[in-house]
Amino acid sequence: MVIETERVAVEQKTLTPLIRVNELEKYFPIKKGILKKTVGHVKAVDGISFDIYEGETLGIVGESGSGKSTLGRVMLKLASPTAGEIYYQSTNLTHLNRNDMRSYRQDLQMIFQDPFSSLNPKMNVYELLEESLLIQTRLPKEERRKKVASMIGKVGLRQSDLQKYPHEFSGGQRQRISIARALILEPKFVVCDESVSALDVSIQGQVLNLMKDLQDELRLTYMFISHDLSVVHHMSDRVAVMYLGQIMEIAKKEAIYDNPLHPYTKALLSSIPTGVEEGVREEVRLKGDIPSPANPPKGCPLSTRCPFAFDRCHKETPELLKKNDDQQVACHLYENE
Amino acid sequence: MQSNSNILQIEKLQTYFYISDNKVAKAVDGVSLSIKQGETLALVGESGSGKSMTALSTLKLINRPGKIVGGSIYLNGVDIVSKTEKEMESIRGNEMAMIFQEPMTALNPVFTIGNQLVEMIRRHKKVSKKQAFERAIELLRIVDIPRPDEIIHEYPHQLSGGMRQRVMIAIAISCEPKLLIADEPTTALDVTIQGQILDLLLEMQKKFNMSILLITHDLGVVAKYADEVAVMYGGQVVEQAPVKQLMNEPNHPYTVGLMSSLPSIKNPKNRLETIDGTIPPAYDFPLGCRFSTRCSQVMDRCIQAPPALYSLRDDHDVRCFLYEEGVAINGD
Repeated sequence: MVIETERVAVEQKTLTPLIRVNELEKYFPIKKGILKKTVGHVKAVDGISFDIYEGETLGIVGESGSGKSTLGRVMLKLASPTAGEIYYQSTNLTHLNRNDMRSYRQDLQMIFQDPFSSLNPKMNVYELLEESLLIQTRLPKEERRKKVASMIGKVGLRQSDLQKYPHEFSGGQRQRISIARALILEPKFVVCDESVSALDVSIQGQVLNLMKDLQDELRLTYMFISHDLSVVHHMSDRVAVMYLGQIMEIAKKEAIYDNPLHPYTKALLSSIPTGVEEGVREEVRLKGDIPSPANPPKGCPLSTRCPFAFDRCHKETPELLKKNDDQQVACHLYENE
Repeated sequence: MQSNSNILQIEKLQTYFYISDNKVAKAVDGVSLSIKQGETLALVGESGSGKSMTALSTLKLINRPGKIVGGSIYLNGVDIVSKTEKEMESIRGNEMAMIFQEPMTALNPVFTIGNQLVEMIRRHKKVSKKQAFERAIELLRIVDIPRPDEIIHEYPHQLSGGMRQRVMIAIAISCEPKLLIADEPTTALDVTIQGQILDLLLEMQKKFNMSILLITHDLGVVAKYADEVAVMYGGQVVEQAPVKQLMNEPNHPYTVGLMSSLPSIKNPKNRLETIDGTIPPAYDFPLGCRFSTRCSQVMDRCIQAPPALYSLRDDHDVRCFLYEEGVAINGD
């Protein structure tokens, strides 16, 4: 057992991470009055660090307002970070301008939540898929046509669908088009932001299977953002739990689900109704609502809702500390052990 | 036919939408359901299955081009299908109430929480403004809203999603209805809030001995909070049973498919089983079984004629030819 965990640790050290995020911050200013004076900040992402290794899926869970979508957008430089660094392989992307960023866009893609608003209704499927090839590559027309034809097959749609427009498809089919659009440039890293949340259960399964198949086939690395713990469990190798812009706990999937440490992780897991799969879990219910990220509590972000909060939690913010191999937790309960 | 212990009994309800001369959407097509006093019936299905239309029909909130074209709805033994709009107005909110998925759109943004509660109370009860106001504060206290005497003067946008849904519940229970229809009450809420709201609904149900028609797509919620389940597909009930029975022993290929397409934390699988294809539109159902276009066990006869609802045992009905040895019920 000990030997095995060491081996994993060694393996991970020798691997260079594909993506590395270091002390990343994204603050949105709150402006008031005629002079638009900045009166405060919404700390959407507040000092986050982690690595993502090639071929793995890192799941990000959290409730609305936890900053998980902002994190995804900042990592792909769709929004510029306030502080911190983002590395892709060994390149620091943080300070690249739009033009320099363009050559990396091919490798870094995103699949969005709502396939109704992320596809241009005036373009047919062929144009939607060809567009990114036109921008990113210098392939001749015939090559582009071949690529589009092969991609549409990979996501399980027909060649005859290429001439159709987005409104002619169901939600699940539209999400397949979004996936094809993101993957046609053969990216290395894909951020999936609530990519199946808008779909019905039976369709959700089809799309999740497709995403897993394509990951194997194209050797993709995913960051899978979702509020659905069962879906994240199904997709991920490691999971990070976010709350009010910070990581509360990050660990291998098995550790998060079988041995959660942070009270917030426990509360999230308790909120899955266990009727279907009768399981005995430590039940943690949080009090009240999520505080506004513009006005987060002092000390630990969870201190206002945590049933285990004590004096120190209201004064000092706990650091994300290593607890076990591959399990880090930010909670004062575990500091002195 | 009409049993006395049932608060709500729906029989062969049909709600059609006449889209154009030759296009009729059979949104609800022969649905029969019943709910006993104090119990919860969950209506499960994907979007387009007709579950919300069944709920709206129960309240007679169907507008043109939609129409209830057949069947009866007994509320406490009285058929309400033939009631006029004026009569319905005194039934809605009084004998049965509804809470919706999105509390922000269901509450009026230009009136305070107090205004909206008082309006509801005075609509159905002969009380003074002051009495209604006091009752409103009491209701907010019942649904666990902190500082009710301040919140009552606030507007919906000042409250969080969970708080708004609590206000909706307060409005819904203000006249102590016998039947509460909850259409996806927690779908728009965060997971940690979802549990709080469902627990509150359960508490209210016990307190007022209400029956609940819970509409949801979440089988986890069903397992924890419902007594009976009806699974809907293509405007029809395809399987109906007590919750435990259905969860342990699903029979209809659609129910089986639905349950195995959910990722499970306890029994992880590398690949999810899925149901092929998508739900057909309500104006273009297949001739035979409505699930035949997606069913993994489809037979020739499924395509030729629709199956009836067969009774597997006392309380477990399935609409599928695979279970034909059971007794056909409902006469259809």
